[in-house]
Amino acid sequence: MVPISYYLILSGLLFAIGTAGVFLRRNVITLLLSVEVMLNAVNLSFVAFGRQFGTVDGQIITFFVMTVAAAEAAVGLAIVIALFRHRESLSPEAFTNLKW
Amino acid sequence: MTFDLLLFYLFAAITVGGSLLVVAQRNPIYSVVSIVAAFCGLSGLYVLLEAPFVAVVQIIIYAGAILVLFLFTVMLLNATREDGAEWDRSHPYYRPGPTRVGGVLAVVLLGQLAWAISRMTGLSAGVGEAAPAASSVRLLGRVLFTDYMFAFEVTSILIIAGMVGAVVLAGKKGN
Amino acid sequence: MLETLMWPLRPPQNWWVAYATIVGVVFMALQLSAAVMVYFERKVSAWMQQRYGPWLVGPMGLLQPIADIVKLFFKEELQPKAADKLLFSLAPIISVATCFIAFAPVPFGATTTLFGWLDEPIALQVADLNVGVLVVFAVASIGVYGIVLAGWASNSKYALLGGLRSSAQMISYELAYGMALATIVLLAGSMSFREIVDAQAGYYFGLVPRWNVFVMFPFGLIAFLLFFTAGVAETNRAPFDFPEAEQELVAGYHTEYSSMRFAMFFMAEYINMVTVSAVAVNLFLGGWHGPFLSPSYGWIWFLIKLAVLLFIYLWLRWTLPRVRYDQLMSLGWKVLLPVATVNLLIVAAGVIAFDL
Repeated sequence: MVPISYYLILSGLLFAIGTAGVFLRRNVITLLLSVEVMLNAVNLSFVAFGRQFGTVDGQIITFFVMTVAAAEAAVGLAIVIALFRHRESLSPEAFTNLKW
Repeated sequence: MTFDLLLFYLFAAITVGGSLLVVAQRNPIYSVVSIVAAFCGLSGLYVLLEAPFVAVVQIIIYAGAILVLFLFTVMLLNATREDGAEWDRSHPYYRPGPTRVGGVLAVVLLGQLAWAISRMTGLSAGVGEAAPAASSVRLLGRVLFTDYMFAFEVTSILIIAGMVGAVVLAGKKGN
Repeated sequence: MLETLMWPLRPPQNWWVAYATIVGVVFMALQLSAAVMVYFERKVSAWMQQRYGPWLVGPMGLLQPIADIVKLFFKEELQPKAADKLLFSLAPIISVATCFIAFAPVPFGATTTLFGWLDEPIALQVADLNVGVLVVFAVASIGVYGIVLAGWASNSKYALLGGLRSSAQMISYELAYGMALATIVLLAGSMSFREIVDAQAGYYFGLVPRWNVFVMFPFGLIAFLLFFTAGVAETNRAPFDFPEAEQELVAGYHTEYSSMRFAMFFMAEYINMVTVSAVAVNLFLGGWHGPFLSPSYGWIWFLIKLAVLLFIYLWLRWTLPRVRYDQLMSLGWKVLLPVATVNLLIVAAGVIAFDL
């Protein structure tokens, strides 16, 4: 039997890896991929807790998280394409016009 | 080492390995392929948690649709050739400051998570031993369309908004 | 009699022998089916074009697939210099692996003891999953990666265009495919293949079999046609094979592949055809149910129905002209998807109204 703490540790680890990706990578597409990793870590945590308490609510919330992630990935990538057309660069440093 | 534990370690290794490769790869296409592998590992973990429908839906939606979208975007923008700003020190957009601060923040987050997890109590029982599994698709559908009806309808509006937004933002100008 | 002949060849009856047997049988059968399809494609296309097909190699050209395989083994394995080495090798692996995995939940018969090879009857299915229908769909979604990575890794413009077009076509037709699957799941009340097939046993008025094509006529038939059309488009077969047409794009995503890697793509295409036909037989045409034979020989009926659907595949290829790419995409999005959605709604209303 796998203790639930293992699943939570794994979820935390994935979340930390995703956050490290968001902070460390300077390429907007890899940034969005790291955000997807974070969302999946949260999904794992939801399903683990849902199983722990014997309800299906964890799985239902997972569907909503997946749907939101899909919509966010679609719009995010559309924004990346529009930005790329503007500046020909995939680095977030190229879009710092509003910095003081 | 029971079979369950062995499978958990296998899928967890695939997932963590894939996620680390996503963050550490230079080539964005390799990142996308690694994250596909990570999500397949995650799908295996869902099967272990007795949520087969979520596992299959994860593959269909994430690995089969969202990541294909990422792959198309990487190919369209030829991102493998555009990575000068990240790795080339003479590139005008190369700035090491945010990366270093980000590294410190990531380590701080890891420390915080480790501290929080070390204070967990009463969580060494096997997952799901307290309550029986209740995950037939029929039950999922019933709960989704009764208790979570409002969220379901709002999500459909969200998807339409996302679709329209993506088409407008990425479409050709002046069309 | 076959049981007495098999008796001396029986293996020791450990717990894993049944699993290994069924996996081995399905694996070998799929590869043989690819070889058989190669032969029949050339023969049937030849007969339709009023010429002889292969007839030199072996009697009636029956050894032609073996000659093809031997040729593919001995060809030189080329790789473009600027190709992405890892992805170039990975893409055919993904294609072939997913096409075999997709056949795992598909049953092709009722329980059998394999002519006395085993003590207890096993189900003729590698994995009886309770979400089996969705697993086939999910693995087909992963199969898109084999094609798009092949197109990218070849680092050649024809391959890239072919790969992108082919994968865009596949993900567009997955929607109609999924809606037709959802219609059947609604009618049968379960996502397990075995339960869907078992719900199709019996006859209406003793005459018309209770297959899902005939349920709620004509909406079951519309679902079958949608599923089959989307399946033909999913497997990149004519009339939807624009991305790999010789006149348009040299050979599409597998332009730069040769020898064994090309053989893997080739085999993956035929095995995907067999999988789509097998799923269509199980979901719409009653699976292994048929008159005159006892249930443990139901796999004969399954093979007959599968052969009919595969013949329709070949028939479509050599009869219909190729659909142009923009017409193909608009067909998928503007015709098949609305028809599938409306069909699903009407079937859902019917299921509630008639309490099916």
